[in-house]
Amino acid sequence: MGERKSMAIIASKGTLDWAYPPFILASTAAAMDMNVKMFFTFYGLPLLKKTIKAKVSPAGNPAMPMKMPFGPKAFQGLNWPIPNVVSNNVPGFETVATSLMKKTFKNKGVATVTELRDMCEQLGVEMIGCQMTMDVFGFERDEFIDGVNIGGAATFLEFAADADIQLFI
Amino acid sequence: MTDYNEELDCSGMNCPMPILKTKMKIDTMKDGEVLRVIATDPGACSDMPAWTSRVGHELVENCEEGDKFVFYIRKGE
Repeated sequence: MGERKSMAIIASKGTLDWAYPPFILASTAAAMDMNVKMFFTFYGLPLLKKTIKAKVSPAGNPAMPMKMPFGPKAFQGLNWPIPNVVSNNVPGFETVATSLMKKTFKNKGVATVTELRDMCEQLGVEMIGCQMTMDVFGFERDEFIDGVNIGGAATFLEFAADADIQLFI
Repeated sequence: MTDYNEELDCSGMNCPMPILKTKMKIDTMKDGEVLRVIATDPGACSDMPAWTSRVGHELVENCEEGDKFVFYIRKGE
């Protein structure tokens, strides 16, 4: 117990696989009575949009296991090595990989990214959107969920300076 | 067998949902009351003691019942 701990997270990546860790850690830390702030910057910023459209890209992700979310257990355990020449060049491959990952996660009882973000909101996690990224990529405040604060590097660092845990994801 | 006031079934849920649901449920209870949590996530076996010790609840008992993990948590002050 003791004094209340705090955690500061930078979420900088917007693919489905990278969207999970910041929301899992933030919601759990809040459930452990920590004061949590998340700073969404660069490709992480769209995770604050009302509808999350994150996809997973097998391209440039050579260690990513490709598994089938259906069939007998032994079949589901098989790893399907997909050569980069296929994952990079076959149209629609990203969509297939995304739907397989979502299906697998659902089968295993893993919450969706949106559900985890909802939990973060309910548990009082503060989410900060990066003003500079908004300007660069052309986002407007009303595209984001309610409760998001907008700020810059100093806004985040002022909190992070005294945080017990600081993570860059 | 410990007596309990409320029960929460987290069967089928994976990390971190059993912890999040337990936290939300216990927040609605009174100090000293006991919550019985059922989970199927093996990760809960180490997560639940970690969570209770951090937030000041007491893990009164944990056991396996068939293919389920059962936790009895007494709400701290």
